[in-house]
Amino acid sequence: MKFGILVNEGPYQHQSADSAYLFCKAALEKGHEIHRVFFYHDGVNNASRLTEPPQDDRNIVKRWTQLAEEHGIDLVVCVAAALRRGIKEENLAAGFRISGLGQLVETGIEADRVVTFGD
Amino acid sequence: MLHIVNKSPQEKNCLDACLGVATDGAAVLLIEDAVYAATTGHPAAAKLEQAQSRLKLYVLRPDLEARGMADRLIAAVTAVDYGGFVDLAAEHTCQSWL
Amino acid sequence: MEGVVKKFMFVNRKAPYGTIYALESLEVVLISAAFDQDVSLAFLDDGVYQLKKGQQTKGIETKNFSPTYRALDGYDIEKLYVEREAMEARGLTEADLLVDVTVLSRRELGMLMDGMDVVLSF
Repeated sequence: MKFGILVNEGPYQHQSADSAYLFCKAALEKGHEIHRVFFYHDGVNNASRLTEPPQDDRNIVKRWTQLAEEHGIDLVVCVAAALRRGIKEENLAAGFRISGLGQLVETGIEADRVVTFGD
Repeated sequence: MLHIVNKSPQEKNCLDACLGVATDGAAVLLIEDAVYAATTGHPAAAKLEQAQSRLKLYVLRPDLEARGMADRLIAAVTAVDYGGFVDLAAEHTCQSWL
Repeated sequence: MEGVVKKFMFVNRKAPYGTIYALESLEVVLISAAFDQDVSLAFLDDGVYQLKKGQQTKGIETKNFSPTYRALDGYDIEKLYVEREAMEARGLTEADLLVDVTVLSRRELGMLMDGMDVVLSF
């Protein structure tokens, strides 16, 4: 099955980025496909490569990058939401791309399911 | 329909809103801070016990365990891991009560 | 993807201005119009405040986006549903709303939601 994932909150502040990541990992382990992870609202902060968590904490941004590299997952950051919050090409982490909101609607059309994580 | 609730019912009304809208036979999954609703002595537990005859109730075990509440799960609610969450989402259209 | 029409429901449960969710939800709704999908908007709980008439945002130096709800029918987005219990619990009636809506009970909204292909909630 093809899953589309919507992440509406930034990393660390709220658990939703962790829940979304663990859902993606479990779905992939079960042989499902992640069609796209779309980052909206403060969720765009998941894509900041300037993030530097303490050594003993999980690195949420890096985890997304690795997931994209290992499984070829499309990580899309909403351009309007990103510009509002200072996320641009120059501070975008590897594996992410910035695109329009239409990509979220497209995921709704192309994926079998959309699961939303937020606050 | 799979209804996903992630708020503590003593902080936000999401669980009540969800139980009011969910139609008979629907599945409800409690994740993040919503897991407290499914624990003994919590005022929301009685609501879940009442709803169990018409809804399928689940809680995400890792979130329950993280909060030290794994030994207080009420019988009306079934614990699932992330794999179980994926199965539920694959089976139903999802609505998140943010 | 060409020709696929899915039933989308945008669920709005948050008041405007206190957080950005209502505004950014509306932005998705507007974009969805370009994809020729079957779009419904549902206003539940505090989401009904998004449609309150008479919003004046000068004093908080924020854009008043409420007129956009009235422009939605120009985008062929005409299915707006409001939860009756939510309005009653907030002392609101249809006359307080800035756009024509269909008022449904929670139960009816639940049945409508059951028939959707994609539910996006903000």
